[in-house]
Amino acid sequence: MAGRTTGPVLSAEDVTVRFTGRDATVNAVNGVSFTLEAGEVLCILGESGSGKSVTLRALMRLLPARRTQLSGRIEIAGRDVMAMGHRTLADLRGTEVGMIFQEPMVAFDPVYTVGRQIAETIIRHEGTSRGEARRRAIDLLDRVRIPSPERRLRAYPHELSGGMRQRAMIALALCCNPSLLLADEPTTALDATVQIQILLLLRELQRELGMAVIFVTHDVGVAVEIGDRIAVMYGGRFVETGPVREIMHNPRHPYTRGLLSSTVHGSLRGRTLEAIPGSPPDMTRLPPGCAFSPRCQFAEPRCETPPDEFRLTPHHMVRCVRAADG
Amino acid sequence: MTGPGHLPERQEALLAVRELRKYFPVRGGILNRTVGQVQAVDDVNFDVQPGEVLGIVGESGCGKSTTARLIMHLIRADAGRITFDGEPVRPDDTAALREVRRRMQMVFQDSYSSLNPRLPIEDTIMFGPRVHGVSAKAARTRARELFSLVGLDPSQFIRRYPHELSGGQRQRVNIARALALEPRLLILDEAVSALDKSVEAQVLNLLQALRRELGLTYIFISHDLNVVQYMSDRVLVMYLGKVVEIGPTTAIYNRMQHPYTSALLSAMPSMDPDQRTETPPLVGDPPNPIDPPPGCRFHTRCRFAEDMCRHTEPGLEAAAGVQADGSHLVACHMRVAGSGHSLAPD
Repeated sequence: MAGRTTGPVLSAEDVTVRFTGRDATVNAVNGVSFTLEAGEVLCILGESGSGKSVTLRALMRLLPARRTQLSGRIEIAGRDVMAMGHRTLADLRGTEVGMIFQEPMVAFDPVYTVGRQIAETIIRHEGTSRGEARRRAIDLLDRVRIPSPERRLRAYPHELSGGMRQRAMIALALCCNPSLLLADEPTTALDATVQIQILLLLRELQRELGMAVIFVTHDVGVAVEIGDRIAVMYGGRFVETGPVREIMHNPRHPYTRGLLSSTVHGSLRGRTLEAIPGSPPDMTRLPPGCAFSPRCQFAEPRCETPPDEFRLTPHHMVRCVRAADG
Repeated sequence: MTGPGHLPERQEALLAVRELRKYFPVRGGILNRTVGQVQAVDDVNFDVQPGEVLGIVGESGCGKSTTARLIMHLIRADAGRITFDGEPVRPDDTAALREVRRRMQMVFQDSYSSLNPRLPIEDTIMFGPRVHGVSAKAARTRARELFSLVGLDPSQFIRRYPHELSGGQRQRVNIARALALEPRLLILDEAVSALDKSVEAQVLNLLQALRRELGLTYIFISHDLNVVQYMSDRVLVMYLGKVVEIGPTTAIYNRMQHPYTSALLSAMPSMDPDQRTETPPLVGDPPNPIDPPPGCRFHTRCRFAEDMCRHTEPGLEAAAGVQADGSHLVACHMRVAGSGHSLAPD
């Protein structure tokens, strides 16, 4: 596997993303800092527009350069991503870092076979022979449990079912043994019985290969199935991070609490749900202080300045003035 | 086999669906001949009682949305009978159909595409009543009432266009539009699926309140089993165009009889970090609905499948010893005494 250094696989400090348009500036990500250890699975949990996917793309500098202002510090395997040129960045993507998306048809080129695209990626990054690359591609398809891999190698993306395409995309992302996998809602479009298969496959591959994973999702249930740690995102900030058990059993941010109590399950039958009032914030006009304060039942004058990170334990962080009160 | 007389056509049912069938032809080749058929809905029977919420669950391609569209007569059934409010619906009688469509309304998943982008939302809500002969003044008053009913301040919202609203607000407008003609039955086809969780809970609360206040009946279609469990009195489970199980919500969720229902339920994330799923309940993807497997359509993925399941299609029958009143029906050889399946009760 490519040069592993000791220390965190990824560290991000004060990552900020703004999209500038003609009429407005979207403050998509407003100072995100975290580190990710080797072999750790971090779930970024948030609703649409919270900045979770933008954060993920920013880590790989995949956002359109002309319209994006990206600042902060990002290090992957000890290397400064912000200082990289296009060539180095392209080498990093696919070798050290693999990515999977919600829609596999976007990751694959529709006019080439699945096998050719996987083999081509291996040749591009590792300079192996065509025959060797083909053999590795078959291995990979087998590994992601695609039945009769030799035959599927010759299939075009549209010839595979939704679950199979997702598996093929995972194979593509893993073809150069990345130490970090970035996953952007990879199971959201799948049916329930297929989603659980893909989640379990990812969990197994992650353990076997010792990869670190950042998994973006809007679904609490999915985050609990796959994450070691959860980062709850709201208004472009991490408002609470902690180990999965801690977040589920002892949520401290009012938004996390609201999100968990408005996630419906059967035992609530017949009762009125504790919904969070209002709607998610307009990212072009965020309030100056805590972005959640307009919807928060505990809002007070102190919330008009941005709350600092408060650490309940070394691993449980909350961005809420009330958390510091104990 | 399920026959027309199998389910008693109870007098009190608001909606009775019998032997409903819709096949979509698949064309291909240079002559554009029919090369296959998607058996989207195949011999579906069920009742909806007044005031109840019937949940319909199933994976994509199982026919749940097609069933909804057939009930609304948005597409024409190949066969079957639909009785609404005690009267058979005749698809050829346009005047009668118009009246039926007034009394049942539908809310779709995509809140944006179901509103006219060029009309202020007030005009959209007035449109239905105007078409049905209500005066402009009365329709406008009614629109304002409806806005308040669904929790939108009329003075703030009525002149807005759909793009000026959030997803949750737009879905409230769609619910108001559906209620404008005072329907008895509301078909909610994935109506909350596109919403964020925090907003979804608000809309579910609204739907529950409206149901109580207006005495509405819902058909609630969703792929989200948690939401269906929360909302429904009874649940119908579909697989590849067939009803595989139907029964009271507690029976379906706690004493499910069909192997597909139990697979679907165990595929739900546990929400408990100490009880993560360890093995997937099913392997592989749902089969292609074009030319589905013979016999029981689930046999290709069922670990209890035996020879008879590959040849003989199971009918929807009362699950033995589960619900004494016969309200819990299942289509599985394993659950029918003397069916020949080795696991069937004696």
